[in-house]
Amino acid sequence: MEYRAILNWVEQGSAVLDLGCGTGTLLALLVREKGVRAQGIEINEQAIYECVAKGLSVFHEDIDEGLSGYSNQSFDYVILHQSLQQVKKLDYVLTEAMRVGRRVIVGFPNFAHYQARFQIFFTGKTPVTPSLPYEWHDTPNLHFLSISDFVDYCRKRSIKIEKTVFIGKHRKVKILPNLFALTGIFLIQSPACQN
Amino acid sequence: MSARNLLSKKISEEISIPHQDTEMIEQPPKAEENRSAGVVRPKYFRFAYPPYELTLENGEKLGPITVAYETYGKLNDQRSNAILILHALSGDAHAAGIHDGSGQVGWWDNMIGPGKAFDTDRYFIICSNVLGGCMGTTGPCSVNPATKRKYGFDFPIISVSDMVTVQKHLIDHLNITQLLSVAGGSMGGMQALEWLTAHPDRLKSALVIATATRHSPQQIAFNEVGRQAIMADPHWKEGHYYGGHLPGKGLAVARMIGHITYMSEISMAEKFGRRQKNNNDGRLHPFSMGFEVEEYLQNRGDHFVKRFDANSYLYITRAIDSFDASRGKELHEVFRGIKAKVLVLAFKSDWLYPASQSREIVKACKLAGVDATYCEIDSTYGHDAFLLEVKEETHLIKHFLHKVSFERGVTDRYEVIDFDI
Repeated sequence: MEYRAILNWVEQGSAVLDLGCGTGTLLALLVREKGVRAQGIEINEQAIYECVAKGLSVFHEDIDEGLSGYSNQSFDYVILHQSLQQVKKLDYVLTEAMRVGRRVIVGFPNFAHYQARFQIFFTGKTPVTPSLPYEWHDTPNLHFLSISDFVDYCRKRSIKIEKTVFIGKHRKVKILPNLFALTGIFLIQSPACQN
Repeated sequence: MSARNLLSKKISEEISIPHQDTEMIEQPPKAEENRSAGVVRPKYFRFAYPPYELTLENGEKLGPITVAYETYGKLNDQRSNAILILHALSGDAHAAGIHDGSGQVGWWDNMIGPGKAFDTDRYFIICSNVLGGCMGTTGPCSVNPATKRKYGFDFPIISVSDMVTVQKHLIDHLNITQLLSVAGGSMGGMQALEWLTAHPDRLKSALVIATATRHSPQQIAFNEVGRQAIMADPHWKEGHYYGGHLPGKGLAVARMIGHITYMSEISMAEKFGRRQKNNNDGRLHPFSMGFEVEEYLQNRGDHFVKRFDANSYLYITRAIDSFDASRGKELHEVFRGIKAKVLVLAFKSDWLYPASQSREIVKACKLAGVDATYCEIDSTYGHDAFLLEVKEETHLIKHFLHKVSFERGVTDRYEVIDFDI
């Protein structure tokens, strides 16, 4: 469902850079259904092998080191799906993504989902939810943010939120997303691109 | 002698495999017996007969030129499935299969053959010995038609660009307009970069493995020590040693230095440790402690002398030291407009051609908009890894070529192939 939402936003035949593309499932879908010119960047070697098996072009690199190889606005979309919360230098990576892409798609697990709130409140333990399935000691996530956090973040930096979609366990969430959505996906544009 | 015996005999002799000690191969090639490219014979192509000699990069003329090459698999009717394999410093045209007569196995036999990374059931594979080499292609140990003596030091200075020009003449001769790919590691990778930048329209893709756009001072330094060792050998005689004693000591030392740079600290520690041979007779000289690593290097050096020409070593190392794919510009400027897809591979423990040099190639691809894939393979083998990490390379190369050949219509079906890495 998360992939479907992203597929709907991406225009046919556009150029897409997926940062932290994993095994390339989303990129391969975008290539097949939207005919995009796709490039992935992924830090995990085994995931690279799977991307190459899917016929994708992918770079074995650490996105925390930036995107210095790319010139400004060289992609129509830069995707940071389920990867932004795992980077060390979040501000830097997001700024780089907005420099290189005309639009950026960000998807992350919502830390303020009601299940997480209940778990912290009633059990006093770090929450484990369908979108945050890891125990506190073995999570790859470095940043825990809520949908409201990200909206605030964008407002403070004059980042324009063009589209949003919020996804719960089985369906899209229309009301009170910060309470009911497990995942938030945003289509954003940097202040520099808005003119 | 059965093919299996031939294979293992060759492996034990360790003759034609460059940069590599076959003891390090973990899967013996006999398991690949039914996947061999078969019995092969070298072929020869001659061109640049006077007065139409080839003008080299430095302006000098050379001709006629003989090119020794081998082919594996079949060229399709559209002549669209040809892949040129580019060998490293000490390699030759015998990349795969078993030599008719000698029984030698090709230096990249574990990668080229039916069902292998370079699948001879799908592709037509070509490999030629480089210009300046000593394995059949014109080089300093060839006879100079002007003097009827071997060239020796009279051989003109050659470059990687000249090597590729000669290969292009071979590809023209084979009537192939566009190669499906060019592929090489180390010096072979430099040739692949030269193909990409000098003849971008003649190839659909390039595999650039464990290489650099140009040598760092450290890489030049190691080569210079090798050259000095050869030239310090009293038998070198300004390169005119043919017919007499060969500068074997010098060449052996050059090769020993090479082997040190091809391995990693870990692979040496694992292979030799501080083990010593017990018998004093085996000691190499009064100061030797009989460490296994000493004997190994001596053996590698001695083997090399039997099959390689010292002058070729000088000419070829000079060529790769002077190589600069960027031609004095920014690399991405030179890359601009390249439509070929590029696969760049590096190895974590390779300190001779470190991954940072491959990442420079990747960066230029990004800036120039070249469609590229990069993988830094986790290996402890050092620079030798490009000949040893067969499983990982096979996976990446197979799928990469599959994609390229699908786009070119060589393969009509595109499916994601299962794999197990």
